[in-house]
Amino acid sequence: MNPNNYLILAAILFTIGAFGVVIRRNAIIVFMSVEMMLNAANLAFASAAHTTGSLDGQVIAFFVMVVAAAEVVVGLAIIVTIFRTRRSASIDEANLLKY
Amino acid sequence: MTAALIGLPLFGATVLLLGGRRTNAWGHLFAVAMSASAFFVGVATFVSMLGRSSEDRAVHQHLFDWIAVGSFHVPFDLQVDQLSIAFVLLITGVGTLIHIYSIGYMSHDENRRKFFAYLNLFVAAMLLLVLANNYFLLYVGWEGVGLASYLLISFWQHKPSAAVAGKKAFVVNRVGDVGLSLAVMLMFVTFGTVTFDGVAKEASKGDSTSLKLIGFALLLAACGKSAQFPLQSWLLDAMEGPTPVSALIHAATMVTAGVYLIVRAHAIFDLSETARTAVVVIGAITLLLGAFIGTAKDDIKKGLAGSTMSQIGYMILAAGLGPVGYVFAIFHLLTHGMFKAGLFLGAGSVMHGVNDDVNMRHYGALRTAMKITYVTFGLGFLAIIGIPPFAGFWSKDEIIHAAFGQNIFIGLATLIGAGVTAFYMTRMMAMTFFGEARWEKGVHPHESPLVMTAPMMILAVGSVFGGMALKFLGNIDSWLEPVVGHANPANDVSNTILIPVTLAVVLAGAGYAWVTYGQRPVPVVAPAEVSLLTRAARNDAYGDAINEAVFMRPGLHLTRALVWFDSKGIDGFIAGLAGFIAALSARGRKIQNGYTRSYALTMLGGAALIAFVLFLVRL
Repeated sequence: MNPNNYLILAAILFTIGAFGVVIRRNAIIVFMSVEMMLNAANLAFASAAHTTGSLDGQVIAFFVMVVAAAEVVVGLAIIVTIFRTRRSASIDEANLLKY
Repeated sequence: MTAALIGLPLFGATVLLLGGRRTNAWGHLFAVAMSASAFFVGVATFVSMLGRSSEDRAVHQHLFDWIAVGSFHVPFDLQVDQLSIAFVLLITGVGTLIHIYSIGYMSHDENRRKFFAYLNLFVAAMLLLVLANNYFLLYVGWEGVGLASYLLISFWQHKPSAAVAGKKAFVVNRVGDVGLSLAVMLMFVTFGTVTFDGVAKEASKGDSTSLKLIGFALLLAACGKSAQFPLQSWLLDAMEGPTPVSALIHAATMVTAGVYLIVRAHAIFDLSETARTAVVVIGAITLLLGAFIGTAKDDIKKGLAGSTMSQIGYMILAAGLGPVGYVFAIFHLLTHGMFKAGLFLGAGSVMHGVNDDVNMRHYGALRTAMKITYVTFGLGFLAIIGIPPFAGFWSKDEIIHAAFGQNIFIGLATLIGAGVTAFYMTRMMAMTFFGEARWEKGVHPHESPLVMTAPMMILAVGSVFGGMALKFLGNIDSWLEPVVGHANPANDVSNTILIPVTLAVVLAGAGYAWVTYGQRPVPVVAPAEVSLLTRAARNDAYGDAINEAVFMRPGLHLTRALVWFDSKGIDGFIAGLAGFIAALSARGRKIQNGYTRSYALTMLGGAALIAFVLFLVRL
């Protein structure tokens, strides 16, 4: 199978994720979109590894997964805390940290 | 022995200043004792000098090496030679008399102890000035004199006018001091030494430009201390100080320093004709200017101050004549010291008797009320206008004679000066002691106590016999000759013609004043409608106005322009830059709007831009 197709899929997924981050207000959805972008990157790494025949890309993909897992823990904790205090998960309402 | 001369009054000043109020009770007596013992040490030194031949009369005393850096050596050495001892005797002798007089004059002043401490300091500084053996050490005494004069002129500092007068004296003197420091530096550069002997020995090796410049710098210094034109303005204001201070400044210390400096540096002036001419011109201008100012003053002390300016002008002029004049400059300085001290103390005595009023228009007919003051002041008067055989005649006649030998115009200036001197002194005499009484209400003139009149009597004796004693007994020409050199004036105008002519001019001046002020009633209020000349003289020949217009106003504008440039230009640029950055950052801060999604968009855009650029570069 042509490895370009994997890369195109990865690009599509990344774009969807990026649009999701920029457009959506719900923190959970934004979070899911971020995960989608990460995994799009993972897909690109894995396909690149397959094409070059080395393991480097796959190793990096594992690293990304581990970091993403840690990030999810912290990120979800923050979102839950914000929801508890403000009764809302909208990221536009949490805009106190500014000029 | 020599160090004791300076040490004694310095010790007195130290004890009185550090001792504080504890010394109030006996402080004045202690100061008088210190000054008097310095006088006795001076007399002892003088007597021992008389016993030696003229070549080895000078005594040197090495105290310690003051500065030794590379080839620059300044010893802290004192030297007493024939010139120094003349000054020492004048300073300590007249100074002690003024100390004694001050006991009475300042008896009601609560700061009398401090006054005496300053007087001692003044005497000590002046002695250091005349006893130093190099120009560097002389400078220390020079500055000490400046300090002491500042402290004493503004002694009654609660009066704003006195405080300002002290400051003015200090500032104007500073201008002259610049001259002295320049002279010392030039001497070191040119001759490699600053000792009197060294400079005298090396002087002939200096090129004419250096000699000229050193001469001018020394003249500037002398102008400052001796109140010569154009630095004369402080002297008249200095009358704000207590009268004994005026006497001390005018007769024994301070203003004589400039004459001393020029005579001491004769090696320089001997070799530079230009510098000598400048000295003569300054002396001639000042002697006429001072006399001119003296003619219109109603303040008895200011009248005398104008007279001092004029008489110091004679001395500077004589010093500028070169070897024919040095001796006469010192001769006149010594006789002047005696009669001017007497006149000032007399003026103080008069003021003491009329409740410290200085306006001569409120005097009149005081000869009956204050007999001793009248007689002593009168003798000083005869001495200053140069009636033979009183002191001033001998010295002033010599100067006029030498001046005519130099140049007919210089001679005429001294001759006119003598006539004007006679005019204003007679006017002073007439307004103070003769005519009808114009006393203010509640004023009961009375003679001063003995402690004040005794010094006046001694000085009056000096005014009568001082000139003759110095000329015939002391033989001042040959006494000073080993130090300053002396040449007889080459003269077309002989003394046999000159003396009668001078006397005629003097009598004419005195007679005119007597007719104007002695015979006619003197208005109590000074007439407002007067000629331009009189008005100029009343305003010190507009010396202050000229200083103000030439130096003060442009200086003020300059500082204002600089302040404007500093605050608007430099500060404006810096502040503008900071303001610009602050405004920029205030705008830039708006990007931090708190919306996570806009940050995400920025990041995305940035990442896309970088990716695009990388893509382009790759191509």
